[in-house]
Amino acid sequence: MIEIRSLEKYFGALQVLKGIDLTVEKGEVLSVIGASGSGKSTLLYCINGLEPIQKGSVVVDGTNVHAKGTDINKLRQKLGMVFQQWNSFPHLTALENVALAPRIVKGKSRSEARDIAEKQLLHVGLDDKLNAYPSALSGGQQQRLAIARALAMEPTYMLFDEATSALDPELVGEVLDTMRLLAEEGMTMICVTHEMGFARDVSDRVAYFHQGVMEEIGPPEQIFGEAKSEHTRKFLANVR
Amino acid sequence: MTETIDFFSGFGANDLWFLAEAALRTLWISILSIAAGTFLGALCGWLIYEGKIWATLTLTPVLDIFRSVPLIIQLVLFYNFAPIVGLNLDPFASGVVILTIYTAALVANVARGGIEAVGRPMRRAARSLGMSYWQDMRYVVLPIGGRAIFPSWIGVALGVMKDSALVSVLGYVELLKASQILITRTQEPFLILSIAGAFYFALSFPISRYAAKLEERWAQ
Ligand SMILES: Nc1ncnc2c1ncn2[C@@H]1O[C@H](COP(=O)(O)OP(=O)(O)OP(=O)(O)O)[C@@H](O)[C@H]1O
Ligand SMILES: [Mg+2]
Repeated sequence: MIEIRSLEKYFGALQVLKGIDLTVEKGEVLSVIGASGSGKSTLLYCINGLEPIQKGSVVVDGTNVHAKGTDINKLRQKLGMVFQQWNSFPHLTALENVALAPRIVKGKSRSEARDIAEKQLLHVGLDDKLNAYPSALSGGQQQRLAIARALAMEPTYMLFDEATSALDPELVGEVLDTMRLLAEEGMTMICVTHEMGFARDVSDRVAYFHQGVMEEIGPPEQIFGEAKSEHTRKFLANVR
Repeated sequence: MTETIDFFSGFGANDLWFLAEAALRTLWISILSIAAGTFLGALCGWLIYEGKIWATLTLTPVLDIFRSVPLIIQLVLFYNFAPIVGLNLDPFASGVVILTIYTAALVANVARGGIEAVGRPMRRAARSLGMSYWQDMRYVVLPIGGRAIFPSWIGVALGVMKDSALVSVLGYVELLKASQILITRTQEPFLILSIAGAFYFALSFPISRYAAKLEERWAQ
């Protein structure tokens, strides 16, 4: 369970998150939508400790992410993250990309790490690209590689930060399909997304962010059908 | 008359051997300085990148000085003034010290560029997998940044090898100094400088060829 309490985040004088309260249960798929600059990415970075916070707390399975004594590298193994920019390691093959962290972070042997990597690349449909370098992969394939790389750490949660925004339109589908597959398998997911179809069909809940505030959260039917907030309705009217 | 060696005598096989030995000394002083300088420079580049205020304030101007003052002046100053502070170094050691610092000053800039080349998003991705700062450095920044700056680093290394000729002013008998000695004796500057040039070429060319091969392989 991820519990976010009165979270406030500043970049210098700029307040980017203005007191967020949010609980995500195991098995839930939460989509986060909102205008550019509303603090969606920052929220994810605060959850896995890539950004420090100024007030409030984030607790993951009972561990306070930002507390002093927390072993953040250990905690991050529970929190897989996929970024907008796919960031595959260019000097490693697909297989090595996925096998690296299990080997050096979890201390798996080379052959164990290789087995894990093969399994996860099969999982995302890249089993025919094991020895390809990222430069030989399409954007969609690189993004699926990034998903496999995160899954190889056997995370409990997956955080997606606009995983499809940087892709050519014809490549969006394959990545969304992979995310759908994970959702069906019961993975707990927080997906920052501009894909309203995905948010509506796949999520259990949808949260709308507006200028650092979580304006509204509820099941997709509520957000897309009868949003309570004026801002939410306006935003959705514009993206459609 | 036949037994005594003429002060001015022609260029012989022995002299070629003499030059070859001197070339090895050039190679040796270069390898030492480049290795130590690269290590020191990478450390400085990292400190400056990490932006620890004191490091930036102290290192940057010092490195700027070593980068901009001509090497020959640094060598002469260091060789003549080091004994005053109790450092009695022979020409070889003095040469290594100055060439090392000079290399470090050049490599620091290159190394910082290499770390910058990796970019924050890539490093965040590495950290999000649970890698520690040093694992990220070792497995992501070093190979990616290292490849990005490899051509510049090779340029620095080959430059330092040629610049090591300046250590001759301290009297260390490397390739250039050996050539000067032979020229004085044989009065055949054209021949001897050509041979010395050929030696420098023979030292550099395989390195730049090998570097080009590596780059090709990395480019896939
Ligand atoms: N490292 C940073 N330093 C300073 N300001 C930042 C930094 N990162 C983000 N910001 C600012 O914080 C605000 C929220 O940014 P964030 O990236 O979280 O928005 P977002 O909702 O993810 O937007 P987008 O849809 O464009 O990705 C923006 O105003 C942004 O300019
Ligand atoms: Mg964002």
